[in-house]
Order: sequence, then C-alpha cells, then structure tokens
Amino acid sequence: MNFERIREKLNILADAAKYDVSCSSSGSNRKNTTKGLGDSSGIGICHSYTEDGRCISLLKILLTNHCIFDCAYCVSRKSNDIKRAGFKIQEVVDLTINFYRRNYIEGLFLSSGIFSSPDYTMERLIAVAKKLRLEENFNGYIHLKSIPGCSDELMREAGLYADRLSINIEIPTVSGLKLLAPEKDHKDFIKPMEKVKNEIIQYQADKKLIKNTPVYAPAGQSTQMIVGATGESDKDIMYSAVHYYSTYKMKRVYYSGYVPVLQDERLPALGTEVPMLRENRLYQTDWLLRFYGFDVRELLNNQHPNLDVDIDPKLSWALRNMHLFPVDVNKADKRMLARIPGLGMLSVNKILNARKYRKLNWENLKAIGIAMNRAKYFIVCDSKDWERKDLEPAHMKSMILQSSQSKYQKMYNKQLRLFN
Amino acid sequence: MKTQKLKYDGTFEGLLTAIFTVYEERLSSAHIIEERFFEPDFFSELIMVFTDENKASRVWEGLKDFQQFRTSVYRSFLSELPDKEVHILDAIQYVLKTKSDKDYGHPSVLKLAQITKQIGREKHRMEAFVRFKRTKDDIYAAIIEPDFNILPLIVKHFKNRYADQQFVIYDKSRSYGIFYDLNTVQFVELDFDDTVLKEALHDEEMHYDEMWQDYFISTGIKSRINKKLHLRHVPKRYWKYLNEKNPL
Repeated sequence: MNFERIREKLNILADAAKYDVSCSSSGSNRKNTTKGLGDSSGIGICHSYTEDGRCISLLKILLTNHCIFDCAYCVSRKSNDIKRAGFKIQEVVDLTINFYRRNYIEGLFLSSGIFSSPDYTMERLIAVAKKLRLEENFNGYIHLKSIPGCSDELMREAGLYADRLSINIEIPTVSGLKLLAPEKDHKDFIKPMEKVKNEIIQYQADKKLIKNTPVYAPAGQSTQMIVGATGESDKDIMYSAVHYYSTYKMKRVYYSGYVPVLQDERLPALGTEVPMLRENRLYQTDWLLRFYGFDVRELLNNQHPNLDVDIDPKLSWALRNMHLFPVDVNKADKRMLARIPGLGMLSVNKILNARKYRKLNWENLKAIGIAMNRAKYFIVCDSKDWERKDLEPAHMKSMILQSSQSKYQKMYNKQLRLFN
Repeated sequence: MKTQKLKYDGTFEGLLTAIFTVYEERLSSAHIIEERFFEPDFFSELIMVFTDENKASRVWEGLKDFQQFRTSVYRSFLSELPDKEVHILDAIQYVLKTKSDKDYGHPSVLKLAQITKQIGREKHRMEAFVRFKRTKDDIYAAIIEPDFNILPLIVKHFKNRYADQQFVIYDKSRSYGIFYDLNTVQFVELDFDDTVLKEALHDEEMHYDEMWQDYFISTGIKSRINKKLHLRHVPKRYWKYLNEKNPL
C-alpha cells in the first residue's frame, strides 16, 4: 500500500467533506452476531472532537471531489481551482477498517462529487458499502450520501448496506436553489428522499410478516440546509424543515451556518462571519418541535418571521404568552412543564418523579438540580415566595439577560459598543 | 453507644457480606471500611467481615426488584470514593425500608445516583477514547488511566465490537488489564507501559497514526474554531493517550 499517496488523498477529500455537519452514529441496530468486526447496536460514540468543537464519530470523506456541477455554495464546484483527487474503492474500505480497528471511529460517512453521471457515482458509493458488509463482515455504521437524480433501483440497493442515507437540500427555498445551483433541479433531490421513505415504510410492514426481511436503512434518512447564504428568513427555514420531517419522515434536519469559501457575487463575501448564533437558535427551535411538543406556528409566524437573537426561542415564546404563566410545578402536566423557559426534558422528568414523594418547594427544586435563573420567573411551587411579582415581559427579559451570561453575548452586543 | 467498624477485604462480595452482617446483627451505627483504609481507634468496636458468597448473594437478591438501583450500587462501588460504603449502606437501608429506589430527596440515594452518573460518563469516555495500536503479534493494545475503575464495565462493549481481533486494554493507574483472545475476556496483571508497547509496534502503525492526525486536522473548520468547547469535550487529562492530540 502506498501510504504517502493515500495520505495526500485523505487530506484533500476529508477537507472537502467537512462541511457536511451530520456526524450521528446512533439509531441503528446492527448487532455483531457472526463474530465479525463492529457493532452498531448501542448509542452513538464521539471518538474525538475537532478544534471547533464538533464531534468526530465517522470517517467523513468524499470518494472524489471531481464534480460536473457548479453550485455556487460548494467548495468542490467545477469552476473552483483546487486540488482534485479520487479514492479507489478498496482504499476507502482499507482506511475504514483500519481506523475502526484502532477505535478511532464508529464507521464511514461517504459522500462524493458527481462524476460522469448521478447513477455512475451512486454505484461507486454502494460498491464501497457492499464490500465492507459482505467481504469484510463489517457491522459498523455506514452513512451514504444519496446522489441527486439517481435511480430508484440504486436507492433500494444503497439502503440494504447503509445505516443512514441522506441528501442535502442545502438551499431551503426553490428560488434560492435556482439562483445558486441553476443546473440542479429541485425534483432531483426529492425523488431519492421519496424512494427511501417508501422503502422504509415497506420494510417496516414486511418485517411484521417475515422476520428475516433484509434490513433497510435502519437509522433512517436525514438532510441539511445551509443557513445565511440566500437571505431566507428563519420562518422559511423552519417551515421547510417541518415539511421534510413530516413528508419524508426525516430522522434529522441539520442546519449549517454558511462558511464563505468562495468569492461569488450571489453569496456573502469572503470573511463574513459564520452565523453560528443563528444556527444555534435554529437547532433550539428544532428541538422544541421534536421533543417539547411545540408547533412551528407558535414559534415562527408572520408577526415573528425571525427568531430573537438575544434570548432562546422558548423564552421568547413565553414572554409573548404571559397569560399561561406562572405554572404550578406541583400540579402542571408534562406538556406544560416542558414549556417553562429554562427547563429541559431531563429537568421535567426529574420534577415529575420528585413530586410523587413530596410537594416541591424552591429548596427541593434546587436539590434535584433544576436550573432556576430563567425558570423562577415562570413557576410557583410549595412556597409563599414568588419571583415574578407581576413584571412586564420587557422588564423580565432585561432581568434575565442581566443575570445570565451567554457565550454568544459578544455577538449580539456588538452594535451597542462604540469602542472595543 | 459505640460505633461498629466493619472491616472488609475491598471486594464487592465483601461489601455485600458486610451489609448482610449489619442486618444480621442489627447494628445501629455501623461504619463499613475497606481493609487498606482501616485505622483502629478506641471509640469503636471492630467487626471483621469474612467474605461469604452466600450472604452476599442474599443481599443482592434482596435488591432484585430495583434493577436500576442495583446498577447504581455496583457502579458506586467501582468509584473508589472514600465514603462510598457509607452511602451505599444508607441508601440500601432506605430503599429496602421504603420499597422505592427513586426518591432523590434522600441524600444517599441522590449521592449514589450522582456517582453513577459520573461513572457512566467515564465509562462512555473510555469507550470513545481508547486508542488501539497494532503490534507485531497482531494484538491491538491500548493504555488508559481512567478516573475510576471502569475496566469491568467496558468489557462487554469491546468484546462485542472487536469480536475478530485480539486486544488488550491496560489500566496503568490500577496496574491491570483486560485481554481478549478471540474467545473470552480475561483480567490480567502484566508489566506494561508505553515503552514496551512502542517496541512491539507493527510496521504499518506509524502510517495509520499519521493519517488519523491528518484527518483530525483536515476535518476541522478554522473559521468556526472554539477551543473552549473543544476542551470541554476532550479534557486535557485524557490527551496523553489520544494520538490525535499526542502523536507517537
């Protein structure tokens, strides 16, 4: 094996793949039953973290960064003058196995630039996964990218070897896609999603009848949207996220703050700051929708098309709906507890469990580890004291902001400061 | 009234036997202490505990309705914290009396839950941070120095995962390791350190080591750098055995 050459390729093709944010390695159920290599039946594991704080759990690479498309937002676009490289199928297999054996990774996340045709590219991706499963008896996690415009037959085959399939919609609005990736057709993204969704439904139905139905993409499918490249509102983004969650049964929608990598008049200039705070607020909203029982229309609507920057979306919602508070933590149902600003689902469950034994007062809440700095304005408990004392929402917001320190403070305070 | 000091051999069965003794003798102010930490004093009565599997398993059986709590007890035992026996005894007495194991309003039940969480975190970290190096004999070897004695807890994970490769994971701070020979996992005591391992490495090891370091760097995004977050996820005390942070 020519390690020098492979090392060079790895550097190029890992660098080109890093803008894909998904690193999930959980949700599969592939047990190591045949004394082979690997097991992905447990929870996901992050084996390391990059210096920007993102988890490294999969070997995330492109098969090649040669691409026939010229999408403005993509570092591998045809017209970009960068080093190009391509792995041989066996090289990816060897790298994956050897990294896995050393406990560096949970598996492989393989994507690719599109060379000659979508089907030809997809076939190569599948060949890697197939080799890993059938020849190497590999039960680690495999995440394959679906190539826009590839055929249904290939999507069917991909799901037999991959744990997760994903296709990145990248631009949340159809008009934005037309602007930045004029050669790509919105329908080409939708078709593989539709196929994967139908196969998963089919698999789940068949499995009930025939126990040994071959597994199909057990960790489901996901997608990703770039944030801040085309001037879309938070409402645009979250409404389309909800559309993908409900229509295509997505496991996850990822939001990726646009990192300016190219000079192009259609895009934010090079050196523009990555919108990390906005990205964070979108993820918070995503969580509220998936785990806290919120409806997207409560959080974003025509009156509030964008999320507040200085406070989290739940607090922002609560301040607009003060008539629902204060909530009595000893009586409220789970749904309402989950809506109290500052309380996560872990805290909600702790409260539900603890109140079986005694009526909770402020001390009890502190003892079981409930964070009070926001919550105290919105709850009453077994105590005469009550923090809110009928404050106006604006006043309450400023009190909360004063008593808390956000790691993002420097970002939203910027315009107030004249001198650094 | 005098307190009773129960001295046990430091094994889990020993601890359970001691707890059995507390019930059997109806001791009201018992203090269980591991042999190696025991210091005699004039104010307490010494009771020697002789580990008895029968007695130990009766205590264990008594907790069978509280599976989660059992895990908590075992993990707290592995924590090596100085006061662990006090909390374990107190929590077991409370749970058996009230028949409920989730009242975190009780200080010892809460304490055990907190220790369990710490141990779980360390276990999970080790499942992530173990870095195997391939040796000439085709054994994949790793050295760790975890905060707690978590080797017994990670056996199953690694055995399932690496069913087709021989491996050793050596806990340097506790001077013992686990060895998988393609059939079973054994606890082994061996003379092992970085120097021994370095000499035994397979020729290809250096290449994969370098490629992993390369990968670690090229997968990061410079314009998003956030060292504080990085350190929170990968605390410095673990860097020693992470080859991406500490090359060969």
